[in-house]
Amino acid sequence: MSVKSVMIVGVGGQGSLLASRLLGNLLTEEGYDVKVSEVHGMSQRGGSVVTYVRFGEKVYSPIVTEGECDYIISFEKLEAARYAGCLRRGGKIIVNTQEIDPMPVITGAAEYPTDVLEDLKAQGFCIDDFDALTPAEEAGSAKAVNLVLMGRFAACLNISKEKWAAAMERTIPPKYLEMNRKAFEAGYSGT
Amino acid sequence: MKRLLIGNEAVAWGLYHGGLGLISSYPGTPSTEITEFLSRHDDIHTEWAPNEKVACETAFGASLAGMRSACAMKHVGLNVAADPLFTLSYTGVTGGMVICVADDPAMHSSQNEQDSRHYAIAAKVPMLEPSDSREAYAFARSAFELSEKYDTPVLLRMCTRIAHSQCVVEMGEREETPLKPYVKQPQKYIMMPAYARARHPMVEKRTEALRALAEDCPYNTLEDRGSEIGIITSGCAYLYVKEVFGDSVSILKIGMPNPLPEKMIRDFAGKVRRLYVIEELDPVMENHVRSLGIPCRGKELFSPIGEFSQKTIREAFLREGVDVGELPHAQGTAPQVPARPPMMCAGCPHRGMFYTLARHHITVLGDIGCYTLGAVAPLNALDSTLCMGASISGIHGFNAARGKETEGKTVAVIGDSTFMHSGMTGLVNVAYNATNSTVIILDNSITGMTGHQQNPTTGYNIKGDPAAKVDLEALCHALGINRVRVVDPYDLKQCEEAVTEELAVEEPSVIISRRPCVLLKYVRPKRPLTVESEKCRSCRRCMNLGCPAISMKNGRARIDSTLCVGCGVCEQLCAFGAIGGEEA
Ligand SMILES: Cc1ncc(C[n+]2csc(CCOP(=O)(O)OP(=O)(O)O)c2C)c(N)n1
Repeated sequence: MSVKSVMIVGVGGQGSLLASRLLGNLLTEEGYDVKVSEVHGMSQRGGSVVTYVRFGEKVYSPIVTEGECDYIISFEKLEAARYAGCLRRGGKIIVNTQEIDPMPVITGAAEYPTDVLEDLKAQGFCIDDFDALTPAEEAGSAKAVNLVLMGRFAACLNISKEKWAAAMERTIPPKYLEMNRKAFEAGYSGT
Repeated sequence: MKRLLIGNEAVAWGLYHGGLGLISSYPGTPSTEITEFLSRHDDIHTEWAPNEKVACETAFGASLAGMRSACAMKHVGLNVAADPLFTLSYTGVTGGMVICVADDPAMHSSQNEQDSRHYAIAAKVPMLEPSDSREAYAFARSAFELSEKYDTPVLLRMCTRIAHSQCVVEMGEREETPLKPYVKQPQKYIMMPAYARARHPMVEKRTEALRALAEDCPYNTLEDRGSEIGIITSGCAYLYVKEVFGDSVSILKIGMPNPLPEKMIRDFAGKVRRLYVIEELDPVMENHVRSLGIPCRGKELFSPIGEFSQKTIREAFLREGVDVGELPHAQGTAPQVPARPPMMCAGCPHRGMFYTLARHHITVLGDIGCYTLGAVAPLNALDSTLCMGASISGIHGFNAARGKETEGKTVAVIGDSTFMHSGMTGLVNVAYNATNSTVIILDNSITGMTGHQQNPTTGYNIKGDPAAKVDLEALCHALGINRVRVVDPYDLKQCEEAVTEELAVEEPSVIISRRPCVLLKYVRPKRPLTVESEKCRSCRRCMNLGCPAISMKNGRARIDSTLCVGCGVCEQLCAFGAIGGEEA
């Protein structure tokens, strides 16, 4: 199998770290060679963050460059557009339609490009856009957006729900497990 | 035990299993997690030191006492620890000693892009450089033996990508290493001229021995795959080379960048028709290869600036006319979208003080921490940021240079952790050499920028246990500053008064702007504020705060209730009473 690449993108503080670790643990358990590249430090302060997950028989590079990405999972609309150039031909973007204003928009120096996903679709991008925030809040917290998205993404991988459940148990602290299970389920059954 | 680990956790396990007894560090991305992971073990001593020099010297003391020790820091931290490093090279060690240093190509979280391999060469100590978590574990673990066998501290070089990337690591068990007996050895450990002169030749001899080791050690490996193209590479550049070429070219992978294996390099170069040296940042290996009289291609193809990727490698070889397959086909191009730079959080206690400073239109010498974000729009409240501590020493020089013209129109701002790190000495200088300078200590009771580490002002140690707490007011007094006052940065009136008054007086002064970081667990957010749309006159005054929770929607200010923590700063600003909380 050739190496597959996933990018998890969003705004610092949205919980992409947990999502990438969950995915990393799941894929390792499946027997793949896995590399995960995380972001720590400065950019976590509300900046744009990107995490890479790559898996296959043998993976060298931990990062993903233009045109290489099979799946982009985006926690926020604008961020999906920012990294769209990384998607390979035939790849797929899964995106939470939530809008979070970046500083240039807040200060009025720029406008939030609301039609950005439609423009990408018109270019031929395969985009699965949906509201992940509402089901996350229903599950217990806006922070569970990451698991809603993982649930949605699960359909793209041929891995059973039981194995996802086991990976969640290994990755998520017990006191948040129930909420995250619910969030995952909401994303999973929504597909 | 087999686990998915980031490079820093792998280093932590490597050190622990290698018999580590003490680690003392100062936080700094991307090195911080090494020490954080180690602090979970109760059978070793772990601590946050006030700065890297103290950390390195603490590790030295432990080594002298016969214990295997380490310190960890980011690349610029090694500048601070350089003084002990250079002479540690002469003294050598008793217990093995490892200095972990993490470079940050592309400056994800740093103020420069320096290449710490130069330190290994200049200080004449061996350096190891892993290219993934697996090697990070193995190299860290074996570094103690190397250190003890060759009687030298060992530098372990990480970089952001390796420090923060995960792969599966198979781990062994901890090797318990009892303390070596302490024996007084003046000639080895007292580095006064007479003894140091005798140590220097030993350093040179050691380098010779390490050169011999370099020719035959597990760190440097040869992948012999034909004679057309040969690549000398190291660190994460190795991963990108493998990603592009797989097993189709010959590779000399360097895991010990100092000292380099001359014979291996000569043999390798002699075997291949085209030789490339591929390394991030400076041409350290390349210069060495050229100094041996061997022609190669390197920095003319691979920039000394920023990080590489498989794309960097592929594009360079396409330009060289080498068949590396096509560039990947993208689905399309990304549209231009507004940037999303990092910013101060909603409710950040730094904001109120910066808003006040921005209103005064004064020169602000800044420092390094979350408050460096006060530099960006709309606050635009900083004039300089150099390195940790430079705000206070800098304002002193600035005012000494311009005298009355700028005294009373300049301030220095510095965080609590940064003040402990290297601000105190600068403040002594302000008092001692007498400039009329005003210093603002932004005391948010934590080391914020690097992800919430305790420091001597917080009252807790690395494990979260109560610890001696520095009394900042008393400290500033003791350093020679008579005027010291404390304000709450959520109270704009207090900030305004303090800044106006302290700028006006004819003597040095310190304002401590005190309020804990909103992200601290014990800080309870207050009820979010709301805007009464009818009262909002769209003056945009609240927008000058640069608070991520406030935006303009349909011409009126709006507060995002999921972000607002009810700090109340915007409420104090609004001239029309449009912002407020629901009555409780
Ligand atoms: C010599 C050196 N060591 C470490 C760092 C990494 N670093 C940047 S800011 C900072 C501490 C900031 O803490 P503080 O001064 O309390 O400000 P805060 O971020 O909490 O506002 C650290 C450790 C650095 N830039 N330089």
